[in-house]
Amino acid sequence: MTETFIRRGKALLSYILRTPKLLLGLVMLGSLLLLGLAGPLFVDVEKARPISVPTRKPPSAEYPLGTDGGGRDVLAVLVVGTPQTLRMGLLAGIVGVVLGTSLGMIAGYFGGRIDMAISTATDTMLTIPPLAILLVVAASVRSMSVENMALIIALLSWMFPARTIRAQVLSLREQPYVHMARLAGLGDIRIIFEEIMPNILPLAAASFVGATSGAVLAGIGLEVLGLGPQRTPTLGMTIYWAQLYSALINGLWWWWLPPILVLIVLFVGLFLVSAAMDEFVNPRLRRTG
Amino acid sequence: MFFVVVILAATLNFIIPRLAPGDPIGAVLEELRARGASTGGDAEDEIVAAYRARFGLDQPVHVQYFRFLFNTLRFDLGHSISYYPQKVEAALLRSLPWTVGLLAISTVMSFAAGSFFGAMMAWPRAPGFMQRFVPMFMVLSAVPYYLLGLILVYIFAFVMRLLPLGGAYSSGTIPQLDLDFLLDVIRHGILPALSIVLTSVGFWALGMRGVMVTVLGEDYLTLAEAKGLPDRRIFFGYAMRNALLPQVTSLAIALGTVASGSVLVEVVFNYPGIGWLLYNALRSSDYYMVQGVTFFLILTVAVSVLIVDMIYPLLDPRIER
Repeated sequence: MTETFIRRGKALLSYILRTPKLLLGLVMLGSLLLLGLAGPLFVDVEKARPISVPTRKPPSAEYPLGTDGGGRDVLAVLVVGTPQTLRMGLLAGIVGVVLGTSLGMIAGYFGGRIDMAISTATDTMLTIPPLAILLVVAASVRSMSVENMALIIALLSWMFPARTIRAQVLSLREQPYVHMARLAGLGDIRIIFEEIMPNILPLAAASFVGATSGAVLAGIGLEVLGLGPQRTPTLGMTIYWAQLYSALINGLWWWWLPPILVLIVLFVGLFLVSAAMDEFVNPRLRRTG
Repeated sequence: MFFVVVILAATLNFIIPRLAPGDPIGAVLEELRARGASTGGDAEDEIVAAYRARFGLDQPVHVQYFRFLFNTLRFDLGHSISYYPQKVEAALLRSLPWTVGLLAISTVMSFAAGSFFGAMMAWPRAPGFMQRFVPMFMVLSAVPYYLLGLILVYIFAFVMRLLPLGGAYSSGTIPQLDLDFLLDVIRHGILPALSIVLTSVGFWALGMRGVMVTVLGEDYLTLAEAKGLPDRRIFFGYAMRNALLPQVTSLAIALGTVASGSVLVEVVFNYPGIGWLLYNALRSSDYYMVQGVTFFLILTVAVSVLIVDMIYPLLDPRIER
């Protein structure tokens, strides 16, 4: 057992090293994780609170990335805000994918009326632009927290995984080994978990990266509109405050540029990992890339 | 399907704000109190009762729901709370041309450029720089356009002072149909359009490349080559023409999502379209305006999906009803 585990780990590692896209993406995401984990050791996190430092100071030895209009050290805000954004994305991604995968498996495996109900719901929800619902919900919720936001976003990120998984299960269901299992008298639950589940895990993992990326995108969108959590300093809210107090036309570039750059690293990293995962799941894409 | 989406959208719009604690009138009064404008006491209760009656909030829930549904389907979206006598749909119609103008033009531009680049990438005889140059755009497509927009504004408008900082036309000019005003509008549109085009070209290129690879493997392409047709003609007339079909479907849907995609870009550029309207409504917690705008956003998507379903058989004769 441990031997196969090690062998698989080695194979995975060598695959990562052979795929520059995946490697670069993982390095980018890893460096952001490091910023959040190791950052508090070097930066005083207390300075991320409002009015803890003088306002609107340009970068200097004391404040490496300057301070914002609310009296926060921008570097400290990055150190506190980056993990919050990651947490929000991961939480929403996990909930969305678990929900979507379960619905997709049920619809694909059982078919018939259940499939029709789930598929109709999926297609309908796919038509509605998520931002529209998010805006109404976020505007109605008075006090927003990172977890609240993640859950709200998760409720709108199950549709793509559900559709992909359903299509895959539809074709897996007709595979000879599934027929064998059924003839051998295995129950539906056991067939789903033992025969079908292992074969859709790579696909579920790929849609997890996609869902996480979509969740971060939606979350940042809400934050930039000023609908994010008010208590915790997040990257999107920092951009919102900078916009609100016209940091741009006052030349306070150190206020809004660092969060934007961190977000760009995050989005490009997620994009690279997700593209590499798609190639892994769908080998036909590998040649043309 | 179309009606299901529209009714569902209207229903969600009705339910979600009512699940939240507090009510719209209370929110407005809170706003007023914060500004020191409310008198408090009995007078306030009377104001609340009057407002509740005016907006129909004193009726039982199911009456409110059916009235809401009926009004929404007639496109009667109610009055704005913060700018009271104004109707929501009037404000929407005033903002719509700006959003459609800016976003439709940039979407079509990036569709054309992206489809061409994507086709070139799959084409084995394409110039080598194409292979290296287009993946850059694909990476850029991962970046939200409004973040890129902020950086572009800083470089071109603030540091270099080449282009305006925001807005749709210079303040002080009166919107009218003459050349000067048109040029002014175009100057203001360059940066927002650029940030949308740069971040969406990669999306179109990626889709086009995928379809193109499949089309290039078809027998009729081998035949065209065997006949000795010129390269250019095979590329445009045989390969790209067939690969464009699925792209056109995505374009129709993308044009439908134009309105909802516009929200953040308009906020960043102070562009007076639908997104800007929604942003201001959110900031002043103008419930009816927010509801009206979001309903409109969902409606445009539903309509464009419906249109795709209807025109697809015309584009592709293989699909018949």
